Amino acid sequence: MKLSAQWLREFVEIPVDDARLADDLTHAGIAVETATGSWDGPILDTVFDMDITTNRPDAMNHYGAAREASALYDLPLKPTVPKLPTAKPGTGFPIEIQEPDLCPRFTARVVRNVVIRPSPAPITKRLALLDHRGISNVVDASNYVLWEIGKPTHAFDLDLLEGGKIVIRKACAGETLKTLDGIERKLTNEDLIVADGRKPIALAGVMGGFDTMITDKTKNILIESAWFDPATVRAMSRRHGLHTDASHRFERGADFESTILSCNRVAELVLASGVGEPNGELEGDIIDIIARPLPRTSVILHLAEVRRHLGKELTYDEVCRILQRLGFTLTPATADENAELPVTIPSWRLDVTREIDLIEEIARQHGYNKFPNTLPPFSGSVTELPNAPKDARLRTSLLALGYNEAISMTFIAPEHAKTFSAADVLMVANPLSDEASAMRTSLIPGMLDMLAWNLNRGSDNVRLFESGNIFEKTATSRDEQKRICMGATGNAIPTSVHEKSRPYSFFDVKGDIEALLSAFLNSVAFDTGAAPYFHPGRSARAIIGGKQVAQFGQIHPDIAAVRKFRQDVFVAEIYLDKLYEEKLREPRYSTPSKFPAVARDFSFVFPETTAFEDIRIVVRGLPIPLLAAFDPVETFRGGNTAAGKYSLLLRAIFQSPDRTLREEELALWSTQIMQSLVNLGGALRT
Amino acid sequence: MYTVPQLTDFSGQALNAEKERLTDAVESEAAAVKDEAAQKLFRDRWMARKNGILTQVNDLWLKASPKEAKRDVGALVNDIKILVESTVDATALGLKPQSVTVSDRLDITLPGIRRPIGAEHPVLRTMNDVISVFRAMGYSVAEGPEVETDFYNFEALNFPPNHPARDTQDTLTIADQESKPLRERLLLRTHTSPVQIRTMEQQKPPVRIICPGKVHRRDTPDASHSPVFHQVEGLAVDTNITFSDLKGTLDHAMKALFGSAVKTRFFPSFFPFTEPSADVAISCIICGGKGCRTCKQTGWVELMGCGMVDPSVFDFVKDNGYDSTKISGFAFGMGVERLAMMKYGIDDIQLLFQGDVRFLQQESN
Ligand SMILES: [Zn+2]
Repeated sequence: MKLSAQWLREFVEIPVDDARLADDLTHAGIAVETATGSWDGPILDTVFDMDITTNRPDAMNHYGAAREASALYDLPLKPTVPKLPTAKPGTGFPIEIQEPDLCPRFTARVVRNVVIRPSPAPITKRLALLDHRGISNVVDASNYVLWEIGKPTHAFDLDLLEGGKIVIRKACAGETLKTLDGIERKLTNEDLIVADGRKPIALAGVMGGFDTMITDKTKNILIESAWFDPATVRAMSRRHGLHTDASHRFERGADFESTILSCNRVAELVLASGVGEPNGELEGDIIDIIARPLPRTSVILHLAEVRRHLGKELTYDEVCRILQRLGFTLTPATADENAELPVTIPSWRLDVTREIDLIEEIARQHGYNKFPNTLPPFSGSVTELPNAPKDARLRTSLLALGYNEAISMTFIAPEHAKTFSAADVLMVANPLSDEASAMRTSLIPGMLDMLAWNLNRGSDNVRLFESGNIFEKTATSRDEQKRICMGATGNAIPTSVHEKSRPYSFFDVKGDIEALLSAFLNSVAFDTGAAPYFHPGRSARAIIGGKQVAQFGQIHPDIAAVRKFRQDVFVAEIYLDKLYEEKLREPRYSTPSKFPAVARDFSFVFPETTAFEDIRIVVRGLPIPLLAAFDPVETFRGGNTAAGKYSLLLRAIFQSPDRTLREEELALWSTQIMQSLVNLGGALRT
Repeated sequence: MYTVPQLTDFSGQALNAEKERLTDAVESEAAAVKDEAAQKLFRDRWMARKNGILTQVNDLWLKASPKEAKRDVGALVNDIKILVESTVDATALGLKPQSVTVSDRLDITLPGIRRPIGAEHPVLRTMNDVISVFRAMGYSVAEGPEVETDFYNFEALNFPPNHPARDTQDTLTIADQESKPLRERLLLRTHTSPVQIRTMEQQKPPVRIICPGKVHRRDTPDASHSPVFHQVEGLAVDTNITFSDLKGTLDHAMKALFGSAVKTRFFPSFFPFTEPSADVAISCIICGGKGCRTCKQTGWVELMGCGMVDPSVFDFVKDNGYDSTKISGFAFGMGVERLAMMKYGIDDIQLLFQGDVRFLQQESN
């Protein structure tokens, strides 16, 4: 929205230059975004590009902005009183308001014998400054008044009104109205319209009708200035996708008391558009129908409240000065801080209804930056979110393990939402695109997108993690869960002058998961049976206390093929809702043994169906309390080992905290271990 | 006993042979150093400015070398100087250089073997910085859901149904909600302010919270817009909290974040849930207020919205001890991406949501 500095200065003798004015207005909340010089003939004018907040429709015009300046500089605001000739006697025009709640007031006046022609130059130039093209003297007059005092008005071709009356009513289903923009609009019984005796002639407060508009042939006009209910105008504006300067103001609240002023001001400008003599003649008195008065409200202000909210003592005189300059009426009272000051709210300030609204007026006109900076005392304490230590622990570890922290979009394609989760999908009603129309049910699609992004740009070694929420639809609402997703592809060890590269493998991701989960108290077990989007032979689930806390592995080859991955891609999902049921491990320390550890190796051949975990469970179950460690050292397939079998080198470490181990007990334990391995189907390699 | 020979042959081969002879000599003599006195003699023989071996090498080899060999001889003499000095130093420390042979020496200029360390995301790093500043001022972290109800995102924050203020927040809504009453309909929260209401429902005053989190708006992605972004909001409620306290708190926080030279300015603004409302600008941290591209030559950058909590917001939690005639409070909020972009010189918001390691890894490189 634009304002002309020259035009503003018509209403107040502003004592500062345009640049300073722009700055001062901005500091008072009437924000001037940019000020640009513009030549109006020989005069240099400044055009302010304004950013007026939605609660201040009263300041979206020159007179309203001038009022702010008058308060800022404590100078009088010149009144606007249209000078009209005496009207010819007339019969008036019947106006019937059927919806007093939605249209409490309708004001009109008739001007006859008007010649439709271009507006006088001063009018068109001013409108041009605000980027409005001149249309005709009558239409421009209405526009000019909108920018001058902010009240929308409309002019009808009186001779095209049928049935001899104006009715403000709800539209009937099936009625249509061709609006000024030439579009035929279907009306519903929720639309408030201005109609004549036969047909709709305007969408109330939004736009006039095409068939009754001012044309070159127009002779007699009816100028309308009404007050429409903000919510009704807004609903219509949205329903018809029609946002106009008029609807912008009506839906934010127009000035109930300016209908006569605006009507007369339009008439004055129309009459003044003649060459040498008045253009047309007024007929009859102004017609002003008030179907329902809008009461002027009054608010009690306490100086003590001003101080309680703002933290600074403002004098009674300053408070009065500010409010009066802004058009508020104060009944004289004493300066006692507990006294009640009744303040009457001006009709153009529908945003002010409470004491706090007055306090804001005082604060912004006083100047926010004149208030001191203080720090409030505090008697509470800082608490931590219950999962904060777990979040921090996992994040630190992930960074240390070489995973880069990433953030992907919260919405994904619906087919991905179904591929990576069995949950009901929460859909977005008004998505930016179909590919972003489902709330993510899994972090994996976003992770795969990010990995692909990197691979497509020549980054082959990528490790990323994302911590974020997934969403599921429930019977009546939604469920939101926090998860961590890790993604890795490329080399675990990059090629360098020192060593050969090694590709990232299942066991790298498993090791990272082990490292992350080792922060928690209870131990982790792994099993197969990860979700079907994983490679069935290269994936696993991590279980703590019977709960699946993570699953991970290589992505299924079919999914990798669809995404055109040319190298193995690994992902992991950690279910924080389940994992965070677990406690973090508090470390316990013991003195390392002073006595030597003894290692014994066992080389066995096993059928492929025997997993290391099977062996570990059996050996760990033996009654050997001094077995300190039992680990696989080497596996070997092929060569002398028959197909379907593999050879496995195992190492047991024995150690006592308080003595040196004896040969005979070592021999006994070795025999026990070997026997258990044989029982498992293993054969000692010879 | 080694003596420095006069050179006639300045070929590379001959020079290397001489270097080796000298290296052997210094190492074997160093090995023989057993006490402090011997160490002193050893040091003087090799390094004395007057007639020490290094000085002789310089005179007899470098100065005497023909012009065309000067460069090679210079490099050689320099190597010898480093070798002798380190050997002499080692004897002073009681080290035995003979236990390390020349072939044991690594080319320490080769790059180290680095375990890759993951990079923090600039937005989360910034968010954590902001949280730390406010934690130190007594604020506790609070969280809430990203899919919110109309009630928490709008109604309880004094955005009535059908109010134009709702237009300023292009809301992404959840499908199939028409059968529910408006206040129960689901949407993607457009700000983290709903957490303020949720907290006040649970906790009686006084309250000091900071609410970090992800928010969504229906913005088409471009260099400065993303439909997903992050906010940190704060709320303080107590008896006698004033507008001056709001100003002081944010001024202090901005100085803690950006350095004590930073200045703040407050402009009137409008938010349905605060009154009075303000926009906060800080003096440009790029140019220090002189004017640059980041601040559009104004010297100031708008960074935050804030205000005193509107009494009608307290009315929604009145039953939990929030009587607006007795208590007051302030709230503030900032976009984390904007902060991070300014702080780290990032000129395209899209970079933050691509997971591009070439971008992210710049944190640690
Ligand atoms: Zn700057």
